[in-house]
Amino acid sequence: MPVLETNQLTKAFGDFNALNGVNIEVNQGEVFGFIGPNGAGKSTTIRILLGLMKASSGSASIFGRDTWKDAVEIHKRLAYVPGDVNLWPNLTGGEVIDLFGKLRGGIARERRDELIERFKLDPAKKCRTYSKGNRQKVALVAAFAADADLYILDEPTSGLDPLMERIFQECVMEARSEGKSVLLSSHILSEVERLCDRVGIIREGAIIESGTLADLRHLTRTQFVIETKQPIEGLPSLPGVHDVVEKDRSYTFQVDSEHVEKVMPHISKYGVVKLESAPPTLEDLFMRHYEGESVEAGGES
Amino acid sequence: MAQQRFHQTGILTRFIIKRDRLRLPIWLIALLITSLATAWSFTDLYQNEQERQSIAQTMINPATTAMIGPGHGLDNYTFGAMMAHQMLGMTALVVGIMSILLVVRHTRAQEEDGRLELVHSLPTGSLANLSATLIVVVGLNILLALATGFGLASLSIESMDLEGSLMYGAGLGAVGIFFAALTTCLAQLTESSRGAIGLAIAMLIGAYLIRAIGDVSNETLSMFSPFGWIQATEVYVNDIWWPLLLPLVAAFIFTALAFQLNVKRDVEAGLLPTRAGRSRASFLLQSVPGLVFRLQRTSLIFWGIGMLILGATYGSVLGETEVFIEDVEMMQEFISAEAGLSLTEQFLAMLMSVIAIASTIPALISILRLKGEEKRNRLEQLLAHPVSQPKLYGTYVLMALLTGTIMLTLATLGLGGTAVATIDNEIEFFTFMEAGLVYLPAMWVMVGVTALLLGFMPKAASVIWFYLLYSFVVVYMGGMFQFPEWMEFVSPFGNIPELPIDEFNVWSVALLSGLALLLVIVGGMAYRRRDIEG
Ligand SMILES: Nc1ncnc2c1ncn2[C@@H]1O[C@H](COP(=O)(O)OP(=O)(O)O)[C@@H](O)[C@H]1O
Ligand SMILES: [Mg+2]
Repeated sequence: MPVLETNQLTKAFGDFNALNGVNIEVNQGEVFGFIGPNGAGKSTTIRILLGLMKASSGSASIFGRDTWKDAVEIHKRLAYVPGDVNLWPNLTGGEVIDLFGKLRGGIARERRDELIERFKLDPAKKCRTYSKGNRQKVALVAAFAADADLYILDEPTSGLDPLMERIFQECVMEARSEGKSVLLSSHILSEVERLCDRVGIIREGAIIESGTLADLRHLTRTQFVIETKQPIEGLPSLPGVHDVVEKDRSYTFQVDSEHVEKVMPHISKYGVVKLESAPPTLEDLFMRHYEGESVEAGGES
Repeated sequence: MAQQRFHQTGILTRFIIKRDRLRLPIWLIALLITSLATAWSFTDLYQNEQERQSIAQTMINPATTAMIGPGHGLDNYTFGAMMAHQMLGMTALVVGIMSILLVVRHTRAQEEDGRLELVHSLPTGSLANLSATLIVVVGLNILLALATGFGLASLSIESMDLEGSLMYGAGLGAVGIFFAALTTCLAQLTESSRGAIGLAIAMLIGAYLIRAIGDVSNETLSMFSPFGWIQATEVYVNDIWWPLLLPLVAAFIFTALAFQLNVKRDVEAGLLPTRAGRSRASFLLQSVPGLVFRLQRTSLIFWGIGMLILGATYGSVLGETEVFIEDVEMMQEFISAEAGLSLTEQFLAMLMSVIAIASTIPALISILRLKGEEKRNRLEQLLAHPVSQPKLYGTYVLMALLTGTIMLTLATLGLGGTAVATIDNEIEFFTFMEAGLVYLPAMWVMVGVTALLLGFMPKAASVIWFYLLYSFVVVYMGGMFQFPEWMEFVSPFGNIPELPIDEFNVWSVALLSGLALLLVIVGGMAYRRRDIEG
């Protein structure tokens, strides 16, 4: 049974449908990347998962329990980090971390101090004086100090510098190695690529792709830069080949991942001198969906 | 060197005026209109000398004296005397607030946001910003003084001549300048603009209280307050100019001190040390109730002290009611219509309703924090922990009920305590407590209504303030205006037996308590059912 599951989740704010049937699933011991542009509905989904909002229709469950009815039970084993951390201005970071720990039933002091050290947080300062990144560190320390089974992280690194982002990634990987599950909403693709076992892409309130990174790469194109002894004939007309740019027998083009197998033998006939290929990135995938949107949108003008 | 410090003050002055090109005229015009419109309305309200004289009689009581001052020329209550008595102190209080807010905005708030550092990195003198701020705020006060002076004179109301009017305006301006200068000093001390505003407003209220206490008990004491100084001009009655020198001399000294302090410290630092906070939570901060208490602790302490002082102020003057009223024949006929009760007891009943409504303010502030927390998006993280919505709601409601109860108790204790100590004990201490605490169910209903709003329509929750204001108007002024009975009935405060005048009525007290409980429960069910907005 998955740790977290949503089924045809919808949410309407007045006339506006923020979610139109979201289906995601996070399994035990897995890091699930939840990606999508701003306003796609990531935070809304997460707020439903946290029991802060009631879904308009569909169902959401965590640990096999209903997220709206059993919120308190679920939260005993869950840790959450929002993207925009808002803290009480006249409490210190250390006080907030301890409070959150206590609400969950106590935290291990050594673990807490170790995380504060790693994230280089000054716990004696009032939250009023913290920058966005420092407030985020407070939430991250509180979350990772908790011995939770599921971590829900909503764009948790948007204010962190690269060094801290690395520490964050270490923490996620440690959690996974301990068999914990993570739902990581993000728009930083390199982060998702490094950390996630599976991803789901959400756009306009619906999941448009989901699967392992390997699965999704089938949907992407590999970029090639090739130099040959003889000019390649009919390259642009080969199935799955796109955007061919030719310059002095040096070709730059893209191939749909599933056609690479057929394109390579054809090219090799012309005497390959140099071959560079760039693996498809999540970014390409993302951008292709984006492009699709803008082409559709731009079609009318 | 000295000149260097003020380098580019002119440019910064223009810059501040440009930044506040709307804010400054709005303050000026709003204050001007208030003064002119009030003076004008007096001529409408009181057609002849007799009417003016009779209103003067009603003004002679310790509560009014504490609130607005003793007044001069009460035996010949001209429009001018009326204006000086009823409006000068209150308007000056607002002018003081204006000066405080403007000065902090351009000094400490600038520093806090890091903008001043930018200004200092340009070729400007280190004192340029401070002096530019003073020039603007002092200038605004001078403008206000002149505009009010000539404006009032231009209405050509009898007894409000040019000299008196200019003095009236100058009184307002002098208090404004006094607090502007004082605030420049205070802004050197704290590190945050909130701290500076808090300190300055505390001084302002302190100055007003010193005058209030002085006016009822010992007039020399009033001369330690700028509000006492402008009262001492006896404007429109005797027109004495010299007391206006006092705030100006004080302002001069404060300014010199502020410059000294400013040179001594670093940009963005405060002279009062800021303590490093705790790096671990104390035993108190381990639960939701602990958190809710901790967040409200400071305001609870301040309100508590305030309510105690409020009660004590009324209590200390209550004993003089009889003396005052005995002097005024008309008043006597007016009140002693209620047979078998002393004037003091009747006055007490009225005071208690006001004190109960005042004590409701901190209770409502307390429960409305639940909405504030939601709006600032802080509930999300709390509720992502094993904390249920009903528990959070319940904690806030309970905290509010407790706050209100404590506030009313403190105010009543203050009143009863000082009254018993000063009056030759015709009323027992217990009577005071009873008269005050009987209002608790009304206050609980107000909290309950707010809770209900938080459950059903949180965005509209602030309308509770209008309901409280409405309650104040119908309960406090109901006797004067003779409102229809149902108007009092729709306010919970109107359904409380006014002890010691009325009989104690178990039913209305029990019913109101039950209603409060019902409102809280229904509100809680709605709160559980709705989304928490980000
Ligand atoms: N409380 C709300 N009321 C109305 N619209 C909302 C509310 N919360 C979110 N939305 C809208 O729903 C959409 C999805 O928002 P969100 O889930 O925050 O997106 P993401 O987290 O993916 O950036 C946005 O268009 C946003 O404006
Ligand atoms: Mg979001």
